[in-house]
Amino acid sequence: MIALLSRDLRLAMRAGGGFGLGLAFFLIVVVLVPFGVGPESGLLARIAPGILWLGALLACLLSLDRILALDWEDGSLDLLATSPLPMEGIVSVKALAHWLTTGLPLVLAAPVFGILLNLPAPGFGWLVVSLALGTPALSVIGTFGAALTVGLKRGGLLLSLLVLPLYVPTLIFGAEVARRGAEGMALGTPLALLAGITCGTIALLPFASAAVLKVNLR
Amino acid sequence: MVLSVSGASVARGGIPVLEGVSLRLSPGEALVLRGPNGIGKTTLLRTVAGLQPPLSGTVEAAPESLVYAAHADGIKATLTVEENLKFWAQVFGTRDISPALDAFCLGPLADRPAGALSAGQKRRLGLARLLVTGRAVWLLDEPTVSLDAEAVAMFASAVRAHLAAGGAALIATHIDLGLAEARLLDLSACRAAPLAADDFDGAFL
Repeated sequence: MIALLSRDLRLAMRAGGGFGLGLAFFLIVVVLVPFGVGPESGLLARIAPGILWLGALLACLLSLDRILALDWEDGSLDLLATSPLPMEGIVSVKALAHWLTTGLPLVLAAPVFGILLNLPAPGFGWLVVSLALGTPALSVIGTFGAALTVGLKRGGLLLSLLVLPLYVPTLIFGAEVARRGAEGMALGTPLALLAGITCGTIALLPFASAAVLKVNLR
Repeated sequence: MVLSVSGASVARGGIPVLEGVSLRLSPGEALVLRGPNGIGKTTLLRTVAGLQPPLSGTVEAAPESLVYAAHADGIKATLTVEENLKFWAQVFGTRDISPALDAFCLGPLADRPAGALSAGQKRRLGLARLLVTGRAVWLLDEPTVSLDAEAVAMFASAVRAHLAAGGAALIATHIDLGLAEARLLDLSACRAAPLAADDFDGAFL
């Protein structure tokens, strides 16, 4: 398991691994928004939590099809499936590696990008908390989508269509935590729901991903 | 007995290709699967490896004894030869990769990124993976594709050493491996009868 995790992290860092791609995409989205909606700071401050969450979500989506497709193309997935590692463990490790290379950098970079959107000062902490709680769910749900579409040519688009609706609850509650944090309101309920969704997906989805992957490998 | 297949029927893409396949492998034995293209050699190997269930019949093997080598070698182009082998060694819980490097003359290439290898060298790396797994039964699908005569001899001696150490091998191949002791199994006799699509749902699976 640890071998698989360290291999995936090493592959992400090496040439063509796509590390930083999501981060650069996130930066571009955030920079483009003021061009689109105008530079009025009050408006930007109001939409900043939502834009930051949406940008993080899309940046995460960008790299989902790499989670399993690369291993499927070069045959490693067949070999991993016949190795002593349980399939549930393989997909969990893949999701973790995706989060470490995509989700975690987004969480850490979000405050910097918050400045670009004039996010109110109390919102920075809660933005980081909401992303830290929510992005693991994005990776786990994305791995499930990747398992569903592995082996399909041009599966990336289908993957987006399958996964985006499943991201809705995380987006709603994540952006709500960030918004209420920025406006200094009580945020216990959306925070608990966000954490609940993440825990639920981490607990259940690896089994679903492993099951569909086994069917897809036949 | 390390592997026993009895009366197995296998299907590719929902269409039965082989039926009534029976074979037994004992320690120290190699069995070569023969048959024309499309007869179902790969499908049979994938079924034995556990990637898909047989339609009927049984596949019995000692637990944790099989290792499968497919057409694709599962090599990561940006990792070096050594890193690729070390990864599989860790996955299978073994440590020493030097015998595998030696057996396929990969020592001088150990620090080279696998993406910079030739097709034959990649294949040798893929076969060296079998040695680091420490598994007893090798399931090999066209192992000699893109190997030159010298590398085929290397492969044959690796298989022979594996058999001598009590291992077994099930090999699908078209060419002569120089393994005189290997038994042959011609799958042409097991070709499945063409099936009329009687199951409406099945046509969509």
